[in-house]
Amino acid sequence: MTDLALDKLYGFYEQLWRIRLFEGHVQRLAAKGEVPGFPHLSTGQEAVAVGVCAHLAANDYVFSSHRAHGHVLAKGSDPYATFAEIIGRQDGLCRGRGGSMHLVDAANGVMGATGVVAGNLSLAAGAAWAAQALGDGRIAVVFFGDGATGAGVFHETLNLASLWQLPLLFVCENNGYAEFTSREEHSKVAKVSAFAAPYHLPAETIDGNDVLVVNAAAAAAVRSIRSGAGPRLLECMTYRMAGHYVGDAQRYRSKEELAAMKEKDPIDRLRAHLTQRGEPAAELEAIEKRVASEVQAAVERARQAARPDPATVLDYVYSQPLSTTAEA
Amino acid sequence: MKISFAQGVAMAISESLAADSRLLLIGNGFVGLNMEARALLEPALREFADRILVAPVSELALAGAGIGAAMAGQRAAVDLSTGSFIFQAFAQVVNEAANVHYMSGGQTTAPVTFCSLAGMRSAGAAQHSHRIQAMLGQVPGLQVLVPGGADDAYHMLKWALLQSQNPTVFISHALLLGETGELTPGAPMLPVGKARIRREGRDLSIIASSITVPRALEAAQSLERDHGFSVEVVDLRSIAPLDRDTVLKSVAKTGRAVIADECHRSFGVAAEIAATLAEEGLAYLKAPVCRVAVPDVPVPFSPPLEAELTVTADKIVAGALKVLNAGSTMRRPV
Ligand SMILES: Cc1ncc(C[n+]2csc(CCOP(=O)(O)OP(=O)(O)O)c2C)c(N)n1
Ligand SMILES: [Mg+2]
Repeated sequence: MTDLALDKLYGFYEQLWRIRLFEGHVQRLAAKGEVPGFPHLSTGQEAVAVGVCAHLAANDYVFSSHRAHGHVLAKGSDPYATFAEIIGRQDGLCRGRGGSMHLVDAANGVMGATGVVAGNLSLAAGAAWAAQALGDGRIAVVFFGDGATGAGVFHETLNLASLWQLPLLFVCENNGYAEFTSREEHSKVAKVSAFAAPYHLPAETIDGNDVLVVNAAAAAAVRSIRSGAGPRLLECMTYRMAGHYVGDAQRYRSKEELAAMKEKDPIDRLRAHLTQRGEPAAELEAIEKRVASEVQAAVERARQAARPDPATVLDYVYSQPLSTTAEA
Repeated sequence: MKISFAQGVAMAISESLAADSRLLLIGNGFVGLNMEARALLEPALREFADRILVAPVSELALAGAGIGAAMAGQRAAVDLSTGSFIFQAFAQVVNEAANVHYMSGGQTTAPVTFCSLAGMRSAGAAQHSHRIQAMLGQVPGLQVLVPGGADDAYHMLKWALLQSQNPTVFISHALLLGETGELTPGAPMLPVGKARIRREGRDLSIIASSITVPRALEAAQSLERDHGFSVEVVDLRSIAPLDRDTVLKSVAKTGRAVIADECHRSFGVAAEIAATLAEEGLAYLKAPVCRVAVPDVPVPFSPPLEAELTVTADKIVAGALKVLNAGSTMRRPV
């Protein structure tokens, strides 16, 4: 794990910062009323997105949840188009139709985030089935929260994936909460990975706030899945440093709990690792600076982007015009 | 006393918990993010904690558990939060709750209330903006309540929780939560199944429900102020039962109708009202009816796109003027 090449580590550092800073702008602009709706930030959870997506090709399928910004950026989508979508602009990934919870970048394998908890777990199974049928070597990955395990479709999809031996990686971001309800309050099953065993689906619970741990576990899981050995589940223990959504007063978390989260920060942990290895602080600062100005530029450009033309509101309902008469 | 819609919901739940020890709450949202209402609700949530079940993200099973508890003699309210999430529970609400009484030949009943916070809420995008009443109106066996004011929110929810013997879907609207209204403590409620004349008028009837009630009232005011028309506003209050008589009576008086409805235009609540007027009220009509509803497109995220679809007071006024300026007699095609 520690023998990773330096450029890889710097790459992780850069990606973690990109997501952190990007979402910092979402938060800042939301406070100013520039972000419609209620965006959900992945602040504190970035290592999962970065560590998993490091092993995906552009054409591998990613399905994501309502907390999707990190997954989309880590998969390599354009920060400008992503931000433009989050603020509802025509240049956005979905031309302003989707927003923060419904980011899609199909050309880049991001098949869709969903505002419906557990809404696309089974879609990922279908995409995995298609990949297997086509034999094109792709796999599908679905990111979901611990809350999603309350939904029957999670269990149904585990069964399907196991039954059909699909090239599918389940990635649970277990941040200990579903909205304002702690995991203890909504399930007696402490570990999400425990749900996989009855379906004979290999699973492990890992430290999701250490990008090196996530990277190693994802590497092994993806390798196994690509080899045709069937689906796997990774439960990444993590912590959401922000509220459930921007604006959440967070009355359900104690001061002590909030204070303790600083030690869990995946960026601090990677920085500590690099410093321990003797890498110069100046190098890390240079990365931070570069990413900050890149993200800032994307955000500013997105803020200038045009809003969708209301006259186009009826576009995209059907992919083929509805027709009342059969055409020759 | 003046209360908000959300406070009406909170009061109805608190008072019902105190009034009937059989009442069980599954989930504890009910009032969205309205903090005043939450503060009102909290003492009851604490006092009756043994009858309040913390809910995992399991809408299907939660709805079913509410139905089963009700069949077994309790009364249950299930919080399905955002209206769109009732789809996760549809199999239980539509295919179990609604059929329990009928298919048992009347042996079993399910007095359960499903609470939904539906509607175009501003940037909810396609997956958080559904208006579910028209779909549910297609399900015999369900009662569908769509209050448009704080008074009705309080009275009708309390009635559903304490008195109704049928499964009920109680539909709040995210943008109605803060709307205030006058509540006279102890006053009897207008029975469920009766539409309410929110404003009397002579020239035109606007038939509204849920969020379109305050918007219709605003439209009526501006039609009077700016155009000199006297406009009646009919608040349907519930979709099932549907008070066709009050609608017909109003239109018999005014001769003109605009139906303001946040459902999609096709097969919506407005479509049902228009059909009723066509079947039973044609003789009263001096002009074709007009539906002011949401075009048949999923609700987009970006605000200018959503605004294009929203049933605003201005759009109701425009629809009204069209109807008011149409010829004084309907022509038959020759
Ligand atoms: C079907 C459905 N039910 C309820 C909600 C409301 N909701 C939004 S996020 C959330 C909690 C999800 O928790 P988890 O899956 O752990 O994800 P996290 O927010 O912690 O990332 C809930 C209940 C929803 N979006 N979809
Ligand atoms: Mg969670």
